[in-house]
Amino acid sequence: MMIGKIALTLATGVVALAGLAAAAGGPGDAEIAHIAYTAGVIDIAAGEQALHKSRNGTVRAFAQEMVRDHGAVNEQALALVNELGVTPRDNATSRALKEAADEEIRKLSSLEGTAFDRAYVTNEVSFHRTVNEALRKTLIPGAQNGRLRALLETGLSLFSEHQMHAEGLAAKLG
Amino acid sequence: MLSRLTFALMLVTPAAGWVVTTGTQERRQAAAIHTIVIDKMAFGVAPAKLHVGDTIIWVNHDLFRHTATADDRSFDVDILPGKSARTVPLRAGIVSFHCTYHPGMKGTLMIAPA
Repeated sequence: MMIGKIALTLATGVVALAGLAAAAGGPGDAEIAHIAYTAGVIDIAAGEQALHKSRNGTVRAFAQEMVRDHGAVNEQALALVNELGVTPRDNATSRALKEAADEEIRKLSSLEGTAFDRAYVTNEVSFHRTVNEALRKTLIPGAQNGRLRALLETGLSLFSEHQMHAEGLAAKLG
Repeated sequence: MLSRLTFALMLVTPAAGWVVTTGTQERRQAAAIHTIVIDKMAFGVAPAKLHVGDTIIWVNHDLFRHTATADDRSFDVDILPGKSARTVPLRAGIVSFHCTYHPGMKGTLMIAPA
């Protein structure tokens, strides 16, 4: 039941990201930067929630990694947009991602123990898969600035590793 | 000329104590320094000619904190972004390594005797 709800919430984000490709002309660098940054913020918030709730050492280590890695890439993203004079622009995709993530946090807040750990890690697998797909198909090809594109590519290598890590962890948690 | 003679003696009498000592000293002088760069969530290529006693400098060019950790725990260094760390293999063999934070990051060292 809970998994179904999580999948539904995620689907909202997937639809929002898929919609990007269909948008006329696609998103510009200001929107792309905002979407990538928002994805990082979402995963940091999820990690902080896990650090607050989980007592599982492996899950906590994973959450710490999420908070640290996404914090690092977002710090670079901020420095880059400042240097380029680009102001990240809020957009429908960012808002949809944020709304889905807020809903996810709310749902996970009612779970405890192993149920929380499983739901958190399951969501991490899906979230990273969704963002990877968007980076690969839409955000990276759409980025005009070479340095923004390079940072997004670093983000893709990060999200891909995190996805693999989350999948391994999900298998262990059963 | 002398080194050629020593080499010849090594071939002829490999068990002679003094010859072995000479050989060891020559090898120590040649201990090499190798660099393995970590970037974009991956370890760079491991050195092709790595010997016991050589130094490996792990350079973290990535945005992220990583470790270089032997699967057999014979070494384990934690490396912040932009920093580096050194390890010296003390035993010959094949040693697989990984990053503790990012289990997908893996590599293998082939360590030849000194």
